[in-house]
Amino acid sequence: MSSIHLHYDVSGEDFTRAGEASGSVKKRLKALGYNTDAIRRVAIAMYEAEINMVIHAEGGFVDVDIYPDHVDILMSDKGPGIPDVEKAMQEGFSTAPDNVRNLGFGAGMGLPNIKKYTDDMRIETKIGVGTDLYLTVKVNQ
Amino acid sequence: MKQYFHSVELDADKCCGCTNCLKRCPTEAIRIHKGKAHILSERCIDCGECIRICPHHAKRAHSNPLEDIEQYKIKIALPAPALFGQFNNLDDIDIVLTGLRAVGFDFIYEVSRGAEIVSELTRNMIRDNKLRKPIISSACPAVVRLIKIRFPELCGNVMPLLAPMEVAAKLARREVRGMTGLDDKDIGVFFITPCPAKVTEINSPNHAEKSAVSGAIAISQLYPALTHAMDHLTTVESIAKSGLIGVGWATSGGEAAAMLGEKYLAADGIENVIRVLEELEDDHIRDVDFIELNACSGGCVGGVLTVENPYVAQARIHNLRKYLPVSLNHLDEKDVDAMLWEKELTYNAESFALSDDIMEAMEMMDKMEKICADLPGLDCGSCGAPTCRAMAEDIVKGVAKETDCIHKLKAKIQSVYDQLSSTL
Repeated sequence: MSSIHLHYDVSGEDFTRAGEASGSVKKRLKALGYNTDAIRRVAIAMYEAEINMVIHAEGGFVDVDIYPDHVDILMSDKGPGIPDVEKAMQEGFSTAPDNVRNLGFGAGMGLPNIKKYTDDMRIETKIGVGTDLYLTVKVNQ
Repeated sequence: MKQYFHSVELDADKCCGCTNCLKRCPTEAIRIHKGKAHILSERCIDCGECIRICPHHAKRAHSNPLEDIEQYKIKIALPAPALFGQFNNLDDIDIVLTGLRAVGFDFIYEVSRGAEIVSELTRNMIRDNKLRKPIISSACPAVVRLIKIRFPELCGNVMPLLAPMEVAAKLARREVRGMTGLDDKDIGVFFITPCPAKVTEINSPNHAEKSAVSGAIAISQLYPALTHAMDHLTTVESIAKSGLIGVGWATSGGEAAAMLGEKYLAADGIENVIRVLEELEDDHIRDVDFIELNACSGGCVGGVLTVENPYVAQARIHNLRKYLPVSLNHLDEKDVDAMLWEKELTYNAESFALSDDIMEAMEMMDKMEKICADLPGLDCGSCGAPTCRAMAEDIVKGVAKETDCIHKLKAKIQSVYDQLSSTL
């Protein structure tokens, strides 16, 4: 066995459920005795991305593969797509609606934060089709 | 393997093997085996939730009987501020403190005095920006133990400061040594405790090799003797030396309010505490400097070894504080070093890790996921594990078998029965 594969469906209807997938992954990484810095980075990046999926894309799915030295994550949604990825990567840029901002989300830190906490990040997005976010977190020895 | 001391114990004769404690334990540290509850030592944080929930009173906290103070030449009582919320119509803390003198203590040093000094040092440390923010209070030992076994990356956010009980013990000892010329071994320092986690903290401290406290007497155990003594006082001595800041530590929010700033958060009740820690770990709680966390609802007044309803106690503490000065104890810069932790808080991965070898752990988890998918998912606890997932983990670890699941067993018996009936 080379990896542990996990799959989650992310509901787009309920904010309060965002974080379920990242929470579950976090629990499993701790049970594996995984490197604690990597656990934290996976948790933060996944949580941010999950919130994004709920806010902008009405949910989607997450695939996680845990390897001994790194974690691969795919966060996939069938949302509106990101028109300008470069702009979305700027800190403080946000298209989140007010009700979302009132909850403390949508500060435009999502994608920049995800990039900061991961070792590799790739966005594949198509307007009207959806967005696939590929993330890798490596164990720093 | 390292030995853990726990103050929470099981009275096996009273335990009937029901699932109340199993389902309530916040760290999944209980299993029922052969009809009796067992505590997984490396996971127990001594929060006392099992003591609270057990309808058969089979769980108890190990604490010292009052007679134990007789071993010492000088007997010091360290009353927790939560003690002051336990009495009806109390308007003067000195009545309680004089009562403690009447039951046999020579010297009284309120833990709230230590709390005021800890608050001042905490404020200084926040001001000087020396610590990783947000700073998590280290006052509740159950919370500190929880972080130690479950939140690796938050260990560095825990305030590296002794809890008020420990500070009060050190200062009381010093004062009594100065007054009497006695050695530490002749001085008994007893914490009047609202909770079992403090008992554990005395016997097996998170912060040092040895505690300055000699033992702990449960508020609930001392209560009858103390109320009797308080009812029969002829004079009330003037002993109390705490202000509203120190006494406020008895209830949730008191410690945080003593920070005198705005960027703080206080959570109480173990489930709420866990939610806050999870969100902190996910970097979702920002713009907060200080976080006060209490394992018990209401704060220390909600401790499982108290006698009064925590909300009633909270209201009484609130009333008592009205007439107190702000703070009567101040930090002496010379004492700062003695108030810091002697050892760092380090993550104890073994509490939840399947194996210390990642390859082996991954294989075990793979099996676990498969077993789990095949279990009914009712989390009924009948097998003796709190959830189906916990059971799958136990199976992989070799301490449980699939037929411990009564639903699995029932299906198996049904199929044998069906086979037999078809052959008849």
